[in-house]
Amino acid sequence: MSYLSVTDADRDAMLAAIGVSTVDELFQDIPGGMRYREELAVKPALPEAELQRHFEELAAKNVVDEVCFLGAGIYDHHVPAVVDAVLQRGELLTAYTPYQPEMSQGVLQAIFEYQTAICELTGMDVSNASGYDGTTVAADACFVAKHATGRAKVVVTEATNPQVRQVVKTYAPGFGLDVVEVPHEGGATDPDRIREAAEGAAAVIFQQPNFFGVLEAAPELAAAANDAGAMPVAHVDLVSLGVLEAPGAYGCAMAIGEGQSAGNAMSYGGPHYGFLAARSDYMRRLPGRIVGETVDAAGERGYVLTLQTREQHIRREKATSNITTNQTLLALAGLVHLSLLGPQGLRELGETCLVLAHHAKAELQKAGLELAFPKEATFKEFAVRTGRNAREALAEARKKGVYAGYPLGRDYAGLDDALLVAVTEKRTVEEIAQLVEALS
Amino acid sequence: MPASESYPDELLYHSEHDWARIDGDEATLGVTWFAQDSLGELVHYEAPDVGSTVSKDASYGEVESVKAVSDLISPLSGEVLEVNQKVVDAPETVNEDPYGDGWLIRIRMSSVGERDQLLSAAEYRQVLESA
Amino acid sequence: MKLIYEKSQAGRRGLGVPRPPGGLEVPEVPAKLRRKEPPRLPELAEPEVLRHFTQLSTRNFGIDTGFYPLGSCTMKYNPRINERLVGLPGFAQLHPLVEDEAAQGALELEWELEQILLAVTGLDAVSLQPAAGSQGELTGLMLFHAYFADRGEDEQRTNVVIPDTAHGTNPASVTMAGYKLTPVRTDARGNIDVDDLRTKVDEHTAGLMLTNPSTLGLFDENIEEIERIFHGAGALMYYDGANLNAVCGISRPGDMGFDVVHINLHKTFSQPHGGGGPGGGPIAVRDILEPFLPVPIVARDGSTFRLDYDRPKSIGKVRAFSGPFGVFVRSYAFMRSYGPGLKEMSEVAVLNANYMLARLKGTYDLPYERLCMHEFVLSARSLKREHGVSALDVAKRLMDYGFHPPTIYFPLVVPEALMIEPTESEAKETLDAFCDALLAIAREAADEPDTVHSAPHSRPVKRLDEVRAAKDVVVKYRFEDHPQQVGAQKSA
Repeated sequence: MSYLSVTDADRDAMLAAIGVSTVDELFQDIPGGMRYREELAVKPALPEAELQRHFEELAAKNVVDEVCFLGAGIYDHHVPAVVDAVLQRGELLTAYTPYQPEMSQGVLQAIFEYQTAICELTGMDVSNASGYDGTTVAADACFVAKHATGRAKVVVTEATNPQVRQVVKTYAPGFGLDVVEVPHEGGATDPDRIREAAEGAAAVIFQQPNFFGVLEAAPELAAAANDAGAMPVAHVDLVSLGVLEAPGAYGCAMAIGEGQSAGNAMSYGGPHYGFLAARSDYMRRLPGRIVGETVDAAGERGYVLTLQTREQHIRREKATSNITTNQTLLALAGLVHLSLLGPQGLRELGETCLVLAHHAKAELQKAGLELAFPKEATFKEFAVRTGRNAREALAEARKKGVYAGYPLGRDYAGLDDALLVAVTEKRTVEEIAQLVEALS
Repeated sequence: MPASESYPDELLYHSEHDWARIDGDEATLGVTWFAQDSLGELVHYEAPDVGSTVSKDASYGEVESVKAVSDLISPLSGEVLEVNQKVVDAPETVNEDPYGDGWLIRIRMSSVGERDQLLSAAEYRQVLESA
Repeated sequence: MKLIYEKSQAGRRGLGVPRPPGGLEVPEVPAKLRRKEPPRLPELAEPEVLRHFTQLSTRNFGIDTGFYPLGSCTMKYNPRINERLVGLPGFAQLHPLVEDEAAQGALELEWELEQILLAVTGLDAVSLQPAAGSQGELTGLMLFHAYFADRGEDEQRTNVVIPDTAHGTNPASVTMAGYKLTPVRTDARGNIDVDDLRTKVDEHTAGLMLTNPSTLGLFDENIEEIERIFHGAGALMYYDGANLNAVCGISRPGDMGFDVVHINLHKTFSQPHGGGGPGGGPIAVRDILEPFLPVPIVARDGSTFRLDYDRPKSIGKVRAFSGPFGVFVRSYAFMRSYGPGLKEMSEVAVLNANYMLARLKGTYDLPYERLCMHEFVLSARSLKREHGVSALDVAKRLMDYGFHPPTIYFPLVVPEALMIEPTESEAKETLDAFCDALLAIAREAADEPDTVHSAPHSRPVKRLDEVRAAKDVVVKYRFEDHPQQVGAQKSA
């Protein structure tokens, strides 16, 4: 096996040093009835060339050559080549959590820079080093809110990503939280409905832009939550934050989201990273790693994991979370992408998505299709009615090489004919014309 | 500068490494030299609210060093009259002066008789030696 | 070194963005929703961005750099072919919400990965969804709730038993799942104290969480009795697969009696740890728990595959989609590289650990005099008592010898603990060099303790002040302390 160095001579010398005569004797503490004596049911080992061929064959069975207008939480944004180059640096790729800061200044400083970028984008005071994805950070926010407020329910808007809501509902019973969903009206959430629901709630989670791509009246939603003493939590898209206001600027207690848009390929759903940032009031309640600045014995600036008493390895059953392994590498990809973009690039990226999506919307309307939520302003995604079952419309469009969107009937009653269409900066006017043609 | 080991005779002690200085129906509470030494330099004091009640043998707050957290176990029951803001602002005060400037809370005792269940300095030293 | 924000100069940029052709309408974003202050992201041209991160990498240490025996983290070699495979466009560019028909290769890969996990664990069904070991734990405990709720026993069974050697994730998961923790002691041989256990398991017990081999690197010799106690009380058993690298193909958790297992794909099945993650924490379960698994699960109909959401008893979802797919690609590739030889992988991991133990136990204290599994725990207690040199000092000094230190001060039941896990990846010469270094440090502790106390001497930074970091908390760049930098940004 090419990943193992041990030779027969090594093995003999090592067994002699240990004082046993066979490798099998090393397992003498395992009761005989629990020893597995058969050969593992794994197909024979593949040398690298054959391994690559096998995986190329598997990859070829996936369809990735259709023009992608599918979004719904994961987006076909460009991933810069520098991201790949940085992620393949073995010193970063093959390190683990920086428990020993003198060995890990590279990763620690990168996380500190990532935390800074997330705080800048969201307008928050403190960010953790990453959560698993855009769904689990919503559950994390519920845990923070439950303990910060002592209240026993959370409010989530129905226009929040259905998978986020599902994960919150799966976690909530263990936290002792009830989940209340507030329906959308015409694709957007009514702040008055939030005002009612937020009474006695620990947190109000809403998405901006929401799952339908619609721009919510986010400042009013946050104000309604704050008025009721509930923590407003905005679930946001990093790519939108060069154009759209930072949640911290309109009164949110926390900002969370899926980071895939910045720096990560779609990769059939992962691994990506969730970001989670908060006002400083909640710093000691945040889950996961946080890196802080300090000095070394010579007075030079350096970085360490800090506020570790929040974490499971110290606080155990009273910890703010059980998270250990996180998504640092993917968050690093996000940092590299954001560093390449800079403020101007991020704004342009958002504007391009906005303009192209708006163009697609207009062209589809010209072709006679109706928007599901015609009154609402949108960002890079919108819902269009196909005039028939949306899955059929999708199947037809795919025959023309266009993956036209996400059938909303999968999650929402009354929207069986609607497709959620995402338009990133990678789409062209010609491809939008193909989309219109495919759906007409 | 950390304090050197001492267990003043005028204080009463709880086996969870807390002390009480009783004055009429009021008491000042803190942690012992042994507690602060085991934890190392304190970096955070999570104090109770003034006006809240504390119960004998139950936690009323936490102190933290970089790598450890410890519940603060109340040796007596009562109502919190004052929190030592100096320790909130500079938790290392506890390391420097655990029985003086490093006190944690002042309470009005609800059950003065509880003092009889506490340990003398000599008894507390025995607890430490037998651990 | 400078932060990337300190290298920023207004007007520079590192990436062009496609601009829509002229003539397209620019929609109005309502003023109250529009961003007022631009985010202070760094402004650098592409070469400087690449150099910045390359420079950071030189201040970091990975498995590619050298030996990394971080106990309980299984820092094994990460084959580079796996990185090539995960980047194949057919994987990297696949959207997770495509119709199943467009993802047949991905689903087949997930299904094949599940079959290997079933073979290794000896159980009946798998969910690939959990994102890491701790999420696998939490998912497993949610299955406990669902199983007992289905039997009408959920309200009665409120407690989960965990030994004092457990990772902190276990008790943290218990709380997050809404259970109460029942701790159990370790006996003089490093096994669960069975007498203590008997007094703690009853009709209120939902189950056990156990890492076996334990965090001490010891296989619990009482496992058969433990199984009788829990299943006899109608409770379930959860296997924390953190240490599965010791027993692949040698002993199966299902045969030990466990009902739920999580597998840390990033440990046993080689995932680059990326400075903290990603990981993967699939769970395998006995058939009685299969109906409650998260949705979706991968189903096979003849030669086609689909995601099955129609599972009325499911606990729901613990993360998005079917799981961290890129992690599956790498781990499945690793498994197929080994084939049935995964057993040899575990054998060599255990051989390496025992060899190091044999070389070191005369010099460092060994709390439990037994053969170990894939890792072992030594104590620097004598060094500390005799020379004032702590486990932390030893760890820092190891850096000067070119090694990443082992895990220290864990498990909590061993004072001054040094927890060493070599993995199967290392050559005997590397193991010897590391043992030589530890033996040399023990001599230094006696002869020149100041050299050890003040280590490391060879890293980019000296020992860092963690107290200051926790007291004066600075968790992001303070632009306000660098007004010239803010000015540069604002003029953009």
